[in-house]
Amino acid sequence: MSREIRHPEGPPGVPTTSNAPVVDAAVAAPLADSGAAVLGPKRKRNEVVYFALRNSKFLLGMVVLLLYVIIGIVGPRFTDHAPYEYVGPSNEAPGSEFWLGTTTFGQDVYTQVVLGLGSTFAVGLLGGGLATLLGMAIGFTAGYRGGWIDEVLSMLTNIVLTIPQLAALIIVAAYLQVRGVIIEGVLIGLFGWPWIARAIRAQTFTLRTREFVDLARLSGVGTAKIIRREIAPNMSSYLVLVLILSFGGAILTGAFLEFLGLGPTDAVTLGTMMNHAVSWSALQLGLWWWFVPPGLVITMIVSALYFMNVGLDEVFNPKLRKT
Amino acid sequence: MRRYFGRKLLLYGLTFFVAATIDWLIPRFMPGDPVRSMLARAPQRSPAAVEAMTNYYNALFGLDVPLWQQYLNFWGSLLQGDLGVSTWLPGQPVTDILVRRIPYSLAVLLPAVLLSWWAGNRFGAFAARKRWLDNTVLPIGYILRATPEMWLGILLVWILGIQLNIFPIAGAYAFSLSPNWTSPVFLRSVFLHWLLPFASLFIVMFGGWAIGMRNLIIYEFESDYSRYLQAIGAPQRLIRRYAFRNAVLPQITGLALQLGVIVAGAVVTEIVFAYPGLGLTIYQAIINNDYFLLQGAFLFIIVGVLVANFCIDIAYVLVDPRTRTGMQGGTA
Repeated sequence: MSREIRHPEGPPGVPTTSNAPVVDAAVAAPLADSGAAVLGPKRKRNEVVYFALRNSKFLLGMVVLLLYVIIGIVGPRFTDHAPYEYVGPSNEAPGSEFWLGTTTFGQDVYTQVVLGLGSTFAVGLLGGGLATLLGMAIGFTAGYRGGWIDEVLSMLTNIVLTIPQLAALIIVAAYLQVRGVIIEGVLIGLFGWPWIARAIRAQTFTLRTREFVDLARLSGVGTAKIIRREIAPNMSSYLVLVLILSFGGAILTGAFLEFLGLGPTDAVTLGTMMNHAVSWSALQLGLWWWFVPPGLVITMIVSALYFMNVGLDEVFNPKLRKT
Repeated sequence: MRRYFGRKLLLYGLTFFVAATIDWLIPRFMPGDPVRSMLARAPQRSPAAVEAMTNYYNALFGLDVPLWQQYLNFWGSLLQGDLGVSTWLPGQPVTDILVRRIPYSLAVLLPAVLLSWWAGNRFGAFAARKRWLDNTVLPIGYILRATPEMWLGILLVWILGIQLNIFPIAGAYAFSLSPNWTSPVFLRSVFLHWLLPFASLFIVMFGGWAIGMRNLIIYEFESDYSRYLQAIGAPQRLIRRYAFRNAVLPQITGLALQLGVIVAGAVVTEIVFAYPGLGLTIYQAIINNDYFLLQGAFLFIIVGVLVANFCIDIAYVLVDPRTRTGMQGGTA
């Protein structure tokens, strides 16, 4: 199946084509990398760090993300409560005792947010990581093998791509009576790979006829090793970007699912908090401390990931740096 | 061109087949028994009564015949438009409920998608050539893209609906009114109820399209034809117009690829605003464990997405002459 390599598609969970920042890396990265490879891997890594630390977008995103990681790790130490425990008066505004106030049921919002943060990161890492792995496996296989394997895998990719991720997740999750954070992450990963597979397949397609791949094949190197040693390193920068984007996408998809009441049954999550706030009329009662923090945290984390993505794109792709 | 559409239709046919099969598979092979979980809510507790009800429901849902026959029966009734009977609104066919809800979803979705696409592209192309605009639009665009639609909806309801009391916060029209499409009071109420759900979808999508277009335009300015035109001294407006026309193509493909995300955003938005479309129906089905309704809604969404995909394919052929001559273009 022919498609334009110039415009790999954006990740799900991101309401945009998001083609261009990724596109430029996609086109230029293999070239840029093969040039840098002459300098040796160590020198190259230093170069990436050098430019990354001077890129304001990447730094800003990194700082925000690290801030939330730290809050997620340290935050729970400052609370003795369980997330759904009734600990205080209901509808208490933020104050010295309950830092982010309490819910209608007298649950501590701060506790819910810091614990929900952990769930959010877990879902994002699991979902985004699994989607990236699956996408890589299918994309590399389809792009490198070609022929009927490619036809079948591409058809499969296009079919899963056309089925809306959330719609499929809803019916699967609704039938699961007990759901954990891990199951949620895995489910999101299982439906989140198609756009990654498509983009990686397209790039592998252009790489597999290059001389160094031919050379490796002539010297009798196995397929798996060629993909691992010759092809994957040439799009390593692109793979990093894909991982960041699918991390953010998985967080958003997770939040949607949780907001529908299909989040983990055994843990507190940010999306579930918003679901509870809306279900129990927090809006009408003006309990802003119940529904503003969870959404704000998600927005800030995902924005931070996007900023890191754009920043890293400029780092990997010298052509973008001057503009 | 025939080949192009042939391939597309084959893909859509297969997609529908796979989706319908998933729809059939999930209730039968997931852990847990939907009939039992439904009975768990029934007041009857005596074993004999539970036994009788289990048998009744198994027969009602056709679960008492071999699997292959269940699968054939499923397709048989599906092709007749029969998606089963709702358990949440007892006795009402799922198809009827969903068909009633669809106009509301479309009324919010279609204008939001088309307008945000058009306005976002225009604005993105405009921002690409103004440095100060570019420096402000880009970060705002990324933040908008990262905003979960339901949170934006929650903020809009809370600030505009409850604090400032400008907009109604639930339903498709005021509860005190009965539908009457000629009365101006009713039409005004419908419009006010429609505006916020529309706005929250529009805003998030607008940011995405604007960023996409801005990036693509810059990309096009770097390409050979732009440089050549610049070199021979063509007017800036002409170059911009050419760049825009080229950049629109991947944006059209992007629209097709984003349909799944758009659907997700619409579902959660409808819930926040209690807007009685498909999304709210799905939520009610989840709360009430109405699996038939849920599965029917899934199929409705799939069909909607496939139809939308096909419309976009046609649009692509109209916009990109290369697909008409069968040369190239048009992502398969």
